[in-house]
Amino acid sequence: MLSLEHVSKTYRTGSFGGAVLHAVRDVSFDVRPGEVMSLIGESGSGKSTIGRMILRLVAPTAGTITYQGDDVAAMNRHEVKEYYRRVQGVFQDPFSAYNPIFKIDRVFGMLRTEFFPGTSREAWSAKLADALESVSLNPRDVLGKFPHQLSGGQLQRLQIARALLLDIEHLVADEIISMLDASTRIDVLNLLADLKERGLGILFITHDLSLGNYISDTTVILRHGCIVEMGATEKVFGDARHPYTQSLLASVPQLHSKWAKAEPMPATNGHLDDDAAVPALVSVGDDHLVAAH
Amino acid sequence: MSTPRLADPVHTVVPSEPASVGPDPAAAPVVGAPAGGHRMSGLGEMLHFAIGNRKLVVGFSIVFAMFIFAIIGPYLAHHPPLEYGGHLSLSPTTKNGYWFGTTLLGQDVFAQFVNGLRLAFIVGALGGSISAAIGMLVGFTAGYRSGVIDEVLNMLTNVVLVIPTFAVLLVIAAYLQVRGIMMESVFIGLTSWPWAARALRAQTFSLVSRDFVDMARLSGRSSWKIIFQEIAPNMSSYLFMMFILLFGGSILIASTLDFIGLGPSNTISLGMMMQLSVQSAALQLHLWWWFLPPGLAIMAIVGSLYVMNVGLDEVFNPKLRTM
Amino acid sequence: MTLRVDDLRVYYRTLAGDVKALDGVTFDLADGEIMGLAGESGCGKSTLGKSLIRLDGRMRYVGGSVTLDGTELPIWDNGQMDEYRFRHVSIVPQYAMSALNPTRKIGRMIDELLHSRGVDMDATLPELERRLELVGLSNDVLTMFPIELSGGMKQRVVMVISTLLDPSLLIADEITSALDVSTQKAVAQTLVQFRDRGFVKSMIVITHDISVLYQVADTILVMYAGKLAEKASAEDIVMAPRHPYTRMLVSSLPEVGVREADHRLSGIAGRPPSLLDPPQGCRFRDRCPLATAKCVEEPPFVEIADGHGAACWHIDQTVGRLDIPLEKIETA
Repeated sequence: MLSLEHVSKTYRTGSFGGAVLHAVRDVSFDVRPGEVMSLIGESGSGKSTIGRMILRLVAPTAGTITYQGDDVAAMNRHEVKEYYRRVQGVFQDPFSAYNPIFKIDRVFGMLRTEFFPGTSREAWSAKLADALESVSLNPRDVLGKFPHQLSGGQLQRLQIARALLLDIEHLVADEIISMLDASTRIDVLNLLADLKERGLGILFITHDLSLGNYISDTTVILRHGCIVEMGATEKVFGDARHPYTQSLLASVPQLHSKWAKAEPMPATNGHLDDDAAVPALVSVGDDHLVAAH
Repeated sequence: MSTPRLADPVHTVVPSEPASVGPDPAAAPVVGAPAGGHRMSGLGEMLHFAIGNRKLVVGFSIVFAMFIFAIIGPYLAHHPPLEYGGHLSLSPTTKNGYWFGTTLLGQDVFAQFVNGLRLAFIVGALGGSISAAIGMLVGFTAGYRSGVIDEVLNMLTNVVLVIPTFAVLLVIAAYLQVRGIMMESVFIGLTSWPWAARALRAQTFSLVSRDFVDMARLSGRSSWKIIFQEIAPNMSSYLFMMFILLFGGSILIASTLDFIGLGPSNTISLGMMMQLSVQSAALQLHLWWWFLPPGLAIMAIVGSLYVMNVGLDEVFNPKLRTM
Repeated sequence: MTLRVDDLRVYYRTLAGDVKALDGVTFDLADGEIMGLAGESGCGKSTLGKSLIRLDGRMRYVGGSVTLDGTELPIWDNGQMDEYRFRHVSIVPQYAMSALNPTRKIGRMIDELLHSRGVDMDATLPELERRLELVGLSNDVLTMFPIELSGGMKQRVVMVISTLLDPSLLIADEITSALDVSTQKAVAQTLVQFRDRGFVKSMIVITHDISVLYQVADTILVMYAGKLAEKASAEDIVMAPRHPYTRMLVSSLPEVGVREADHRLSGIAGRPPSLLDPPQGCRFRDRCPLATAKCVEEPPFVEIADGHGAACWHIDQTVGRLDIPLEKIETA
């Protein structure tokens, strides 16, 4: 199980690092195996930063991220490698996730040299074929090709297949379908649902509420780096208590109902005051927490 | 002193209107087409474009011809380059093998010329390699690491950039009585890397933010492996072209240094030929065979290298190709 | 009738041949109508939008006609189109908000733009300020640099600028795609406001997001692989689509309230055909569950109900509930 406890990330900006940007503030939640958790937020909410901190691509400024009780940030090189056997990530842009000048096989080859040295060629081919099958890809269609010869949907599935080669327990999926066409999105999403049935604990990062609602068991709503509401998906979507969540739900364009009348336009960006205290989360029911507002 | 060079060597920003003429620019739209472009999808495709590119072919031919000449030339010369043969200010003739004539003091211009050509290529190769190596080391590290290391390397780069190389060289010349071509090459190599480091740092920056670098990290790859196996190959065309520019730049710098008298003290190079000819008032004395060959040679080599580079840019970057 | 497009063909010339991005599109746009142009990447919707104003130099006009307010637009000639751009036809291009010159204040930029079109800035200033206020921006915006504005604000500024001369036709190309959900709603509603107040006579809104179109558009045109698949009112496209592609597309869209555990949606397998060498006949037949031998012949775009047209031979088999997958009816 992945646990985040009071995790914060602060960046220094401005000339000579005078100004400070709070990307993530005091975020705590657990990602359990066999469950999909949606991390929903608009741009600037810090959701991608949280994903990157879990994947150890960025270090938290405060707080701890633990996996099976071990502090992720304090791992040495050997422990990090073991961590990557259990926790992997899939990224948003399918065409950026592969080195464009090499064939996609290289991505798998990298895993082989780093994690499975000494595996025979037959054993490796069998393993690859298994992984590709579980994401509904035919090895003959995708192996030996360059990234630009494949579609976005295939590339995203390949990323997932790569993660499945390792015996992972958790997958961090950062906006993985936002760059895909509508007709392929749902298939990749269904794939995540299947993986969940196999016991994977997935952190699904997105800005799209309909997708989050479709696939997840628990939801966390993020705003300006703070959690404003979290809990079981039916509760957060069905009984939204925080005004931000409510306004988000009211703004989503639906297919069977029209928007309410036009509201006055937001005139400015609106950032949370740097010195303002992070609102505490209050329980409003079984598995439903809302920030004080 | 900075390397005289063309504006930003490689296509970090592709011009919207390509220089080539044609009714329709050849850029393929994104309609169903790959986002990554066709950069290395076949050595064969690249060679095809390479051979079809006139700038590349012409430039390369000239440089290659000079190279061959530099190798076999010294074997054809009849006299050692520094020997005073006795025939003063002879215009080019077939007698005694003075094909390029003699200098004011009777030295064989042809012998000096081919010797100088050889030295030019040595300086180019050595100086170019050293500055490329340092530039790559500094540029990659600064671009990949960022943070404090980046700041320190930046400072180092800036310091070396503004060092007055003439002054330093003058001081060195005062202390060392004998300076060879190796010394000169090393000196050039150690002082002309900053702009390469800068350019590489910028390119590395833009590549480091790409997801495939994160993927490599998630696969447990170490930083140096990532730099040399993921990032550098992506820039291979850039690195190649950069080396060519450093090569040509080194030759040019060496010629300049030689011309003002700071060249190697134990041999004769193209720049030195020009220096001596000017000092001996060759222009006024109409001894054109003394300064014209070296001047034309330097121009031809360096100019062809630059033209080659422009052609290479077109080969590597599909967006700049003509239909 | 604001706009009439008749069998428009626009290709892109490439090294490998002609990419038939837009291959014969015909439709009408009534006065005051907001038409949504929907489809996935590579369907030709952006090409259609840009060709109506001839924005992209790589496009090659091959055939067909475009008539605006009774006058034929010279979309084959860049110079001649200049007279119509901004005055009669205007476009908010994709990524417009990222294309604002970062070194110019907004007011200065507008000044230069109007000057280049021969319009007096002083005379237009009161109207400009009025419109800025209407969309919720204060006049201070004119003295700001683009970097000081948020995405939504920039998008609204661009929309105000594009419609300053009250064009007959506005083409909005993916203007809500890069925005957050709340700003998306504000910007989309601004579009409708512009039409309601008469700043623009008719609009073509290009986006891949059908749910946004359902909110703001009167009619929706669905394109696939360079051709028209279906055209109908927004209500009909979403509630009762008839073309197999539209049906499968609409039923693959998850909505808030629909959960995978309760009802698993399915997408469309395969991918759109290459436009370099498109297949003969119906371009959707490789992925269509209703495809038969007849589909090798291209189906014409016919009107199947009042204001509802589609291009499919098997249109009679597509009536029914959206959640029931399409199946071929085997003919004896």
